[in-house]
Amino acid sequence: MRAMNRLTAVEFKLFLRDPAAYFWTLLFPVALVVVIGSLPSSREAGAELGQRGIDHFTPVLVVLSCALTGLFVTPAYLVGYREKGVLRRLSATPVGPVRVLVAQLVVQTAVVATTTVLVLGTAALLWDVEPPANPGGFLLAFALSVPAVLAIGLFLASVIRTGKAATGAGSMLFFPLMFFAGLYVPREQMPEAVNRIGDYTPLGASVAAFGDAARGDWPGPAAVLVLAAYAVVLGVAAARLFRWE
Amino acid sequence: MVVSDLRVRYGRRTVVDGISFEVGEGEIFGILGPNGAGKTTTVECLAGLRVPDGGTVSVLGLDPWRDAAGLRRVLGMQLQSGELPEKLRVAEAMELYASFYEEPADWRELLALLDLTERADSPFGRLSGGQKQRLSIGLALVGDPRVAVLDELTTGLDPAARRDTWELVERVRDRGITVVLVTHFLEEAERLCDRLAVVDRGRIVALDSPAGLVAAVNAEQRVRFRPTTALDDGLLTALPEVTSVQRHGAQVVVTGTGNLVYAVASALARQQIVAADLRAEPAGLEDAFLALTGRRFDHPDRQR
Repeated sequence: MRAMNRLTAVEFKLFLRDPAAYFWTLLFPVALVVVIGSLPSSREAGAELGQRGIDHFTPVLVVLSCALTGLFVTPAYLVGYREKGVLRRLSATPVGPVRVLVAQLVVQTAVVATTTVLVLGTAALLWDVEPPANPGGFLLAFALSVPAVLAIGLFLASVIRTGKAATGAGSMLFFPLMFFAGLYVPREQMPEAVNRIGDYTPLGASVAAFGDAARGDWPGPAAVLVLAAYAVVLGVAAARLFRWE
Repeated sequence: MVVSDLRVRYGRRTVVDGISFEVGEGEIFGILGPNGAGKTTTVECLAGLRVPDGGTVSVLGLDPWRDAAGLRRVLGMQLQSGELPEKLRVAEAMELYASFYEEPADWRELLALLDLTERADSPFGRLSGGQKQRLSIGLALVGDPRVAVLDELTTGLDPAARRDTWELVERVRDRGITVVLVTHFLEEAERLCDRLAVVDRGRIVALDSPAGLVAAVNAEQRVRFRPTTALDDGLLTALPEVTSVQRHGAQVVVTGTGNLVYAVASALARQQIVAADLRAEPAGLEDAFLALTGRRFDHPDRQR
């Protein structure tokens, strides 16, 4: 336990010494809340959207933070640790390499949680965005989204060998997945057929779940199942395929 | 430590082909061979990082696979090209790895032994090659192990850093730790090892002390000198130890085996010939390796 605590503390320190990682996962989503909210048009209720732009974007930015963590940070760290032989070195100690992986996931979950609080807090404070009407539903959406994106990250780290390839694969997935999550065009304004597909993508399902909670509902069963399926299927695949060296 | 008939295959290729040896407590035991000889694979089996296809290993009475957890408490491993996160600081790394063991060594004292106290707050990425290697040894020793496996310790280091590292290995042994040293450096093996297994193509071709190996293959040595008075070559070629005599200008080069220096020096003394600049070039492990395997000992460092 002492080793686990210390490993987690060290991974936290390393994260805080990595400006690229905390810029994208912590500062960038919060900065977007400030920037998007400061556009006058995003503070007016649009007829098509049925809500203000900033109300729409707040949950999308929570999902963005999850996505940046799962698609970039998780694979980059784990592939890097394997490439450098950090995992192998740990294999030769009584503690073994599994715990550094767990420590990483703990750190990244904590970072996403912090970003979520900062995004919701900034949006509420600056632009009067209502906090989620169903906090329990919001927590459930969070508790499903984070494992789903971390499982994607673990899966990428299992099948990818080099740090460069990991970043490449992360970007290739990030843009289409965020499209389905409504980062570029709100889901409400996309054709029905596109949203149908989006419902089966991890980030699309995640935004749908957060949106339900924001309106006071519980995340719909479809979104819950889709997120759980990604977490379980990719998590199991990663556990099978992951190589320590 | 007892290794018997160790065998490892990668696919169809046999990498370790029946290696057996024993290492006594407090010994520095060397495993020497060219790249790809199977050295690293062998020590990975010792440390329980790889399951062999055949043979048995026992380290302090422990089986590396059945008692993996027990073994990792008493065996410290310095892996070839094992790095750390760039921004992890020296003291943090030592403290972290110390927390992995129930009764760790005093890591601050180890840093002093490794001459790293001044770099305690430096991130790993800022260390020189030699400092990285010393830290790596420190991490292998921080669990206060009884056996330390050091793999390719000085590859990529400059000669000064290499010599410092050798001194360090001797200090480690003086603490009573048994050291298994993997190297492709003849000079390193010659300088450090009490005993040495020469490995080539997955097999041990010789196992002895460095001096014993050289003596056993009876490799040729050379003596050079400049005679101050006229010298008849026949005087030297008549000696049983001498195989050939060559002249390079004023210099005479005698090649031979056995106690060549003594034989040549006493023959000259009998004739009252004074030899100026008498220099002996004893046979080294390089010659021994050539004699044992019929191949030159090639490795990348030497081509530079």
